[in-house]
Amino acid sequence: MSKPVFVGLDIGASRTKVAVMDVDGALIGYAVKKSGTDFGRTASACLDISLKMAGATRSHVERAVATGYGRANVPFVTKTSKAEIGCLARGCSHYFPGALSIIDIGGQDNKIVKLDAAGRRSSFKMNRKCAAGTGAFLEEMAGRLDIPLEEMNDLARQSEEMVKLGSYCTVFSGTEVLESIRHGKKVSDIVKGIFYSVIKRVLEMDSLTDRVVMTGGVVAHNPYLVRMTEELIGREVLLPKLPQLAGAVGAALYARAGEAAAVPQPLLRRVK
Amino acid sequence: MKEETKLARKKIEATSLMNRIMADYFLDLNQASASNSRKVAWCTSVGPAELLRAMGFAVHFPENHAAMLGATRLATDLIPEANAIGYSPDICSYLTSDLGAYLKGFTPLAKAYPGIAAVPKPDVLVYNTNQCRDVQDWFAWYARELGVPLIGITSPKNVNEVTEAHVEDVTRQLEALVPVLEGIAGAPLDLARLKEVVALSRDCTELWKEVLETATAVPAPLTFFDGTIHMGPAVVLRGTPQAVEYYRVLLAELEQRKATREAAVAGEEYRIYWDGMPVWGRLRPHSELFAGLKTNVVASTYCSSWIFPAFDAEEPLRSMAKAYLELFIVRSDAYKERYLADMTKKFRIDGIVYHDAKTCPYNSNSRYGMPQRLEAETGLPYLVISGDLNDMRCVSDEQTKTNVEAFIEQLEEGK
Repeated sequence: MSKPVFVGLDIGASRTKVAVMDVDGALIGYAVKKSGTDFGRTASACLDISLKMAGATRSHVERAVATGYGRANVPFVTKTSKAEIGCLARGCSHYFPGALSIIDIGGQDNKIVKLDAAGRRSSFKMNRKCAAGTGAFLEEMAGRLDIPLEEMNDLARQSEEMVKLGSYCTVFSGTEVLESIRHGKKVSDIVKGIFYSVIKRVLEMDSLTDRVVMTGGVVAHNPYLVRMTEELIGREVLLPKLPQLAGAVGAALYARAGEAAAVPQPLLRRVK
Repeated sequence: MKEETKLARKKIEATSLMNRIMADYFLDLNQASASNSRKVAWCTSVGPAELLRAMGFAVHFPENHAAMLGATRLATDLIPEANAIGYSPDICSYLTSDLGAYLKGFTPLAKAYPGIAAVPKPDVLVYNTNQCRDVQDWFAWYARELGVPLIGITSPKNVNEVTEAHVEDVTRQLEALVPVLEGIAGAPLDLARLKEVVALSRDCTELWKEVLETATAVPAPLTFFDGTIHMGPAVVLRGTPQAVEYYRVLLAELEQRKATREAAVAGEEYRIYWDGMPVWGRLRPHSELFAGLKTNVVASTYCSSWIFPAFDAEEPLRSMAKAYLELFIVRSDAYKERYLADMTKKFRIDGIVYHDAKTCPYNSNSRYGMPQRLEAETGLPYLVISGDLNDMRCVSDEQTKTNVEAFIEQLEEGK
């Protein structure tokens, strides 16, 4: 491997995602890890994993762009170069050119981003200072039900009679879950209600126009949410191949285009 | 592609003069209270200050005090004190922080101005509900607590066009305040003095308007964040020669900057209109956030709230009534939309930021679809940020930052 590569790092509140792209714009390496408490260390570990997958080393990195909450905490990216909404839009536009409504469900944030026919952002909305409808909400509910997070998708699929949660608040929804347990409701029906709550909270943020794309770790790990969304909006939902990587791919695309703040290679090499 | 840089807004030289004037005001107020040499009135910010001043009262503005609590980032610790005696965390955080400060026996004035131990004790509390009902409840608590008379004006709301009937109503209410105030002051109202004060308020307001309008220049020599500080004299010294003199000095400085194209935000690329209250506890970070993105918040509804074109010395009470009714916050949504559309044209705005303040619905214009309607009319993109004037528990810095950065990137893409 002698050709240069371009790196996008999306340091989210919950997960760190890294995408490595070649000069032709193909995704040739990626990694996802819990962001944890040391963003720099996690990003560095993700970078090494994704470069290895790409058959590259740090010396091949031509440019890197960081985005997400923790982007300022990554020691080898000295410039804060791109807001996450821009990267998300760029990543989705790469896979689905043209007008889009993007629904991104992250660990802490939900977003609806609209792109016009030229792929430019026409508007965006983020959730208020509230965890309702986010990945953090699902984690909280899994804890209440004492089930592993990764089992929720299959449980929701098995539901025969959904339990609806009425509260806007994550903590009060937890109380409603406990109440459902007391009334002998099936866990699978409660989980489906939890999923329904997530989608409802997101859809009430903004109207949807044009084709709809879903991204983020929550849908990547819970494809049942996508089916549920399609049923609710009565339209097909598009998914990138790696929905959790959309922002990181967008950041890598900015790096490849050379539009974002370039990271000098020596800074990348200094990281041990 | 912009790189984020830390840029403070350019310093305004007149600030030191303003600081002296404000210090004199607070020390004079303290003296009046401590020595019982003059009666003290507490007044809402757009209450009948002209009348009080003409009758010789020293005037304290609790809203100004509350803004100081917010700007010094002390309010969030004080609000729970008011919550604990029954005032909801969801109501005006100016109210709850000011009551909280009283309950804790605290004032930032003591630290800022040596010699002042407490806010001046009132002899009368005078409100105008033109801004909200909260001010009346706020003053009512002090009236009960301190055993002080509470009087005021109940203003019409959602006014589309200000009619004769509206003006007549408020004029009559103002007239009804006079005998009560004369009783407390121990002297009759001197009409000639009232005319003088109204004339000074008129001069003050005209100069303040000119100050704000220097920001119609490209690049703008002034920011919204400067405005929130420099409106101090227009709030607490309306009707005095000091305020008029100050704005002459400030205006001269800004005109000079305008002439030499000296930008308040270096490399100004984008011009934003700010609707709603400032987030007092985040003035500096917000100023730096926008400046770092080569963006100037050049105009706002908030700072323009101290422009009162109706003041007329020949008809003092009637013109005061009209001035207090023409305020943006008193008006209907239809009026507000027209006003905002005009302002965005006048200041050559690229986008609008609406601050949805959790505890101030009256100053939050993003809740009934106005941003969407205005975007459809003007084509200007908008952003709504959640926050609050004083309660920093309602503010998420990271979300604000992400939103603002993404919004400026959107403007960049749209150019």
